[in-house]
Amino acid sequence: MRKKLLRIEEIFFKLLMILSLAIVVLVLSIIVYTIFKKGLPSLSWEMISQTPKGGYYFGKGGGILNAIVGSVYLAFGATLLAIIIGIPVSLLLNIHLKKFKRLVDSIRGFFDLLCGIPSIVYGAFGFTIMIFLGIKASLLAGIITIALLILPIMINAMDAVLKNVPTGLLQASMSLGANKSQTAFIVYLRQCSSAIITAIIISFGRAIGDTAAVLFTTGYTDNIPSSLLQPSATLPLSIFFQLSSPIPEVQNRAYASAAILTIIILIISLISRVLSGKYNKHKIS
Amino acid sequence: MMMYPKISIQNLNLSIRKQPILKDINLDIPPNKITVILGPSGCGKTTLLKCLNRLIDLEENIDINGKIILDGEDILNTRKDLPGIRKKMGLLSQRPYPLPMSIFDNIAYGMRINGLRNKGVIHQKVEHYLKQLSLWDEVKDRLREPASRLSLGQQQRLCLARGLAVEPEIILADEPTSALDPISSMSIEKKFVQLKENYTIILVTHILRQAKRLADYVAFIYLGEVIEFGTADEFFNNPRQDITKEYIRGIFN
Repeated sequence: MRKKLLRIEEIFFKLLMILSLAIVVLVLSIIVYTIFKKGLPSLSWEMISQTPKGGYYFGKGGGILNAIVGSVYLAFGATLLAIIIGIPVSLLLNIHLKKFKRLVDSIRGFFDLLCGIPSIVYGAFGFTIMIFLGIKASLLAGIITIALLILPIMINAMDAVLKNVPTGLLQASMSLGANKSQTAFIVYLRQCSSAIITAIIISFGRAIGDTAAVLFTTGYTDNIPSSLLQPSATLPLSIFFQLSSPIPEVQNRAYASAAILTIIILIISLISRVLSGKYNKHKIS
Repeated sequence: MMMYPKISIQNLNLSIRKQPILKDINLDIPPNKITVILGPSGCGKTTLLKCLNRLIDLEENIDINGKIILDGEDILNTRKDLPGIRKKMGLLSQRPYPLPMSIFDNIAYGMRINGLRNKGVIHQKVEHYLKQLSLWDEVKDRLREPASRLSLGQQQRLCLARGLAVEPEIILADEPTSALDPISSMSIEKKFVQLKENYTIILVTHILRQAKRLADYVAFIYLGEVIEFGTADEFFNNPRQDITKEYIRGIFN
């Protein structure tokens, strides 16, 4: 009798898990399907190779090359800036400050908090930085703001793997006469390289997709920026402007833009898979 | 008692979170001998080793006092050149920790860290140390493969070779065979006997038979205190303390 109950229980929970998986996959599929179904017919070579001509937002010719290039510049710049700050910070927390457990735990709590702050707040903060530095809405201001936004996300993701590096590796490296920084940048980075690549990609995805933080800081323009101090268009804002148009043709172009954004993220994550597979082979379990 | 000691541990006391772990340790480790530190699990053997190469600095809430004299210098109460102190002591841990890189780079890492750049010399030395540990023939065709693909026994020999490659004077071995099969264990033990000609070896173990096979000197530690220290012959055939006798006869809890 008890055995039978256990079997029913097992089947019930298995079904529940399968159902949950099905819901997730289904919802995500519908989103992707909608984007591509509505977007693909409007997607043309013209759209990805030209900047908007006059009257583009009323259904006339041109494309969104300005937003594609702007978003890629912005996301690469912000990700790069975040890597330059984020990798040393997460190494410091896990190696040099390892024995100050209390301090490290409170810093981790602080980063958790930063992860939860909505991006519009980062946008507002970026705006005050702009005023402080005396620069106008520009690629540079956007890069700084987005870097601040993705920094805690990147550090949290890296920290989660660096935390689990066995102490034996630290001891092995140091007993060979290495100092902590050498151990950090050579041994720890190699041990965690594939997870660090993943952390970078997650951050890149957040960077290229964020709208609120670039709203005040990056501005919007039909031109491709030729310097860091010029304003720049971004894909999410371009989607927003096109979608808020009353003209159906322009609305469909918004979906096409969303499809382009999705494809960019797909390409980046494929590259990261290949890279992390390549670097994973040296990992010590 | 004997020749001039390589390492002299004097009045070493250590506590973690005010809990005493090592109590007034006094030991003179003779050069070019295997000194076995014997004792039940949790008696402070590993902590003692960590004091010697100052890896104890990585732990928190430690109170430590006393002296550890190596070549006439106190290495416990100094803040200068810790990498230099650690480099003098090769470490072999309970389970092998190869570095996350190729077999070749595992040996080359220490040399590169210490400033060796000449590729020819590095290559020559890698080959030399792999041969010394009888690994060369097993790995010479796969030097660029990840070290993690070796068997545990091979990994432990690789770790020993890696340690020797930075030219230490002392080898600290912390139960180095506990993760290995009997054949791999024997090959590590054999290496120790060969290596004591040129190195001072401190071997921590709780395996009595291993201690009997290898030891020139034995220190028996129990609950953080050195109960007895002497030559292997004295220790096993004529122990002075009752507690040592019980441990040797295996009726000890």
